[in-house]
Amino acid sequence: MTPTIARALGRFIVCGLLVLGSAASVLTSRPAQASSALVVPGAQNEHDLPWASDGEANVPYVFHDPAQEGRVTGFEYELMGAIAQHVHRHSRFIQNGWDGLIPGLSRGLYAMVIDGIEMTPEHKEAVLFSHPYYVTSDRIMVRRDQQGLESLAALNGHAVGTIKNTAAERLLLQQNNVFVRSYDEETNLFSDLKNGRLDAVLIDEPIAHYYGSDDMKLVGPPIGTVAYGIAFPKDNPALRDAVDHALTTLQHDGTLHRILARWNLWTPQMAAYTGDKTTLDIKPQAWEDYRRTMESMSGSSFHAIMYRYVRFIPLIGQGAVMTLAVSALAMILAVAMGVVLALGRHYGAISIKILCGTYVEIVRGTPLLIQVLFIFYGLPAFGIRLSPLVAGVLSLGFNYAAYEAENYRAGLLSVPRGQMEAAIALNMTHFQALRLVVVPQAFRTVVPVMTNDFIALIKDSSLVSVITLTELSQTYIRLSSTYYDYVGTGLMVGLAYLLIGLPFVRLARMAEKRLGRVVGQGHH
Amino acid sequence: MVLQAKDIRKSFGDNDILRGISLEVERGELISIIGPSGCGKSTFLRCLNFLEHPDAGNVRIEDVELTSPRHWHRRDEAQAHRLRAHVGMVFQSFNLFPHRSVLDNVMMAPVHVKKMDHEAARRIACELLKKVGLGAVKDRYPDRLSGGQKQRAAIARALAMRPSVMLYDEPTSALDPELSEEVLSVMRALDEEGMTQLVVTHDMRFARAASDRVLYLEEGQIVESGDPDVMFANPREARTRRFLRTLLS
Ligand SMILES: Nc1ncnc2c1ncn2[C@@H]1O[C@H](COP(=O)(O)OP(=O)(O)OP(=O)(O)O)[C@@H](O)[C@H]1O
Ligand SMILES: [Mg+2]
Repeated sequence: MTPTIARALGRFIVCGLLVLGSAASVLTSRPAQASSALVVPGAQNEHDLPWASDGEANVPYVFHDPAQEGRVTGFEYELMGAIAQHVHRHSRFIQNGWDGLIPGLSRGLYAMVIDGIEMTPEHKEAVLFSHPYYVTSDRIMVRRDQQGLESLAALNGHAVGTIKNTAAERLLLQQNNVFVRSYDEETNLFSDLKNGRLDAVLIDEPIAHYYGSDDMKLVGPPIGTVAYGIAFPKDNPALRDAVDHALTTLQHDGTLHRILARWNLWTPQMAAYTGDKTTLDIKPQAWEDYRRTMESMSGSSFHAIMYRYVRFIPLIGQGAVMTLAVSALAMILAVAMGVVLALGRHYGAISIKILCGTYVEIVRGTPLLIQVLFIFYGLPAFGIRLSPLVAGVLSLGFNYAAYEAENYRAGLLSVPRGQMEAAIALNMTHFQALRLVVVPQAFRTVVPVMTNDFIALIKDSSLVSVITLTELSQTYIRLSSTYYDYVGTGLMVGLAYLLIGLPFVRLARMAEKRLGRVVGQGHH
Repeated sequence: MVLQAKDIRKSFGDNDILRGISLEVERGELISIIGPSGCGKSTFLRCLNFLEHPDAGNVRIEDVELTSPRHWHRRDEAQAHRLRAHVGMVFQSFNLFPHRSVLDNVMMAPVHVKKMDHEAARRIACELLKKVGLGAVKDRYPDRLSGGQKQRAAIARALAMRPSVMLYDEPTSALDPELSEEVLSVMRALDEEGMTQLVVTHDMRFARAASDRVLYLEEGQIVESGDPDVMFANPREARTRRFLRTLLS
């Protein structure tokens, strides 16, 4: 499954889960809280203010600083720091994929979400919003040599890219004749503009500023108005009010102005919105730093690139450990459950047979992504809350158990009936016959398939990134989109996958060799 | 009398395969069971050690007796287990365990079923394998043996459980004549040692030369039984005569 389809599906499911979730939260709505104490979902103590955003390819909102590995920054990041101070708490950033942000909020994993979320009517149905903290417009961006695409109407007949589920996308879709291409990530969007797959890009102004390069230009007037709000759980207006109060103060005392000016994002539009007509003598330091870093990287020497890759190794290592942990645990679960299911289906009473068969068919007949999202975001509606790691292991394990069960059943069927009969005639019990005679032979035919399955599982484990686990694929997305480097990081991550898979291939070879005296393999 | 079967009946669906077969076997006898294909020879043999559950009838081997119940319960299975302790079985297709060496094949049941000490089981297994002429190949895996060697290994495997009765279902049908001879000579040697053996066979020469008694089965019943020389030379029943004649032509 490509990430794009996965994400589209994810959105679809997430909508469904939201409905489920809100139904459940109505059922379990808590008694009114004491007005004095704030209820902060996900907080680990009374000083904690956990909030989430998708820090992948999200310049200048919240992103990983390419100049300093491990540092998160962005104007929203700084704003959250200022808000936290006002409510006397410590800001704590939690990374979550875009599709998981709102479901995670409904689940109570964190207190709020800030990620350039537009305050559209659809969004207002799912969450509570603060006042807008930033107001901007959409802009058209083209290659420097491009002429005559200065208005929405002029875009007709052209291929125009934008980000999925945004005001810009809706605007484009309202045009009669524009070939709209919707992207998940800004980096891909702008590289397609650069390489000519797109004629123009319609996008929020801050993004245009930060992702545009010297061979691109902004054309035409600002289009429409886009307002970003911080999202809160529906059932927590008190928290929203507290943050609104802080936002108002930050507007009045100039803090918001200063933050935005540092990022070169203070615009006449913002001045009009806040009524703040002052001009602060502030250097757009953050903006300049970012531009400088990007420039230095685009022309870097071989040495600098190698140095950067060396710094990636620990990050990729961490991702690899997560991938390996999730895959190995899931495989253990899958094998154990698969054996039980296969024996149940092969030797069980009729009711057991039907039960096992139904499980296998249901699990094989539905996409893994849906199962992952359902177990993590859906089960809490029934009072079952699992940590991301447990949910990831269970969903992968349950899923692969169905496939393993079918493998093992085929393995059992491949053992001739005479083997069981000979064992019984030797006065073994049924269980002994299975353990000593049938299962070892079935296992032998099943090992090569199992090896394949495990390799596939290692790769499928990338799906658990939708439930906030940062494994290898997630690490790749993050590194590649932070550094605009898809090749080098891709090779490194690919190598990491191979290295993880290799020991299992070796292990399987050994097992095959040990067990590998297949009947009738010549030598007569 | 080491084995007694009374009125064994078995049907598959509407087909009555065994229609009341009774048999008494003295210790040390070698009995050949012959008859046309599909007459129920294998089924009868498999009913004797309850690999197949008879619909009705009673089997006694040594001091263990089991009357086939209408519904098979746990205690019946336990009784069948006790009864099988006295019976060894050899199949047409050998059914050796391909994932274990020949020696392991022979040792497996004594170690796991009788909980025999590993060393003792090994000693017995080696002895038996030497006796059937496989001392030199005991560490091979079954797929490295000829058909005759496989069947002799299967006999050794059954003998390792020290049965009083050996059942053979067409032990040489899958073998060339020379290889068959290796197997048949093992069976003759066992006969000389006093083993009780029931052999379903299509090998009339063996049936005539080696058996103490021949049973002729047709349509799930014993049509005729008796001394092989008498029966082959001068069968009493017309049906037996017809069967023997078709074999000759
Ligand atoms: N499990 C079963 N289900 C249905 N029918 C069966 C089953 N086992 C045997 N039969 C049928 O019972 C009949 C007797 O089978 P059996 O194997 O006992 O014959 P046989 O005398 O050994 O024949 P052959 O000389 O060909 O081995 C055959 O018609 C066979 O098709
Ligand atoms: Mg038969």
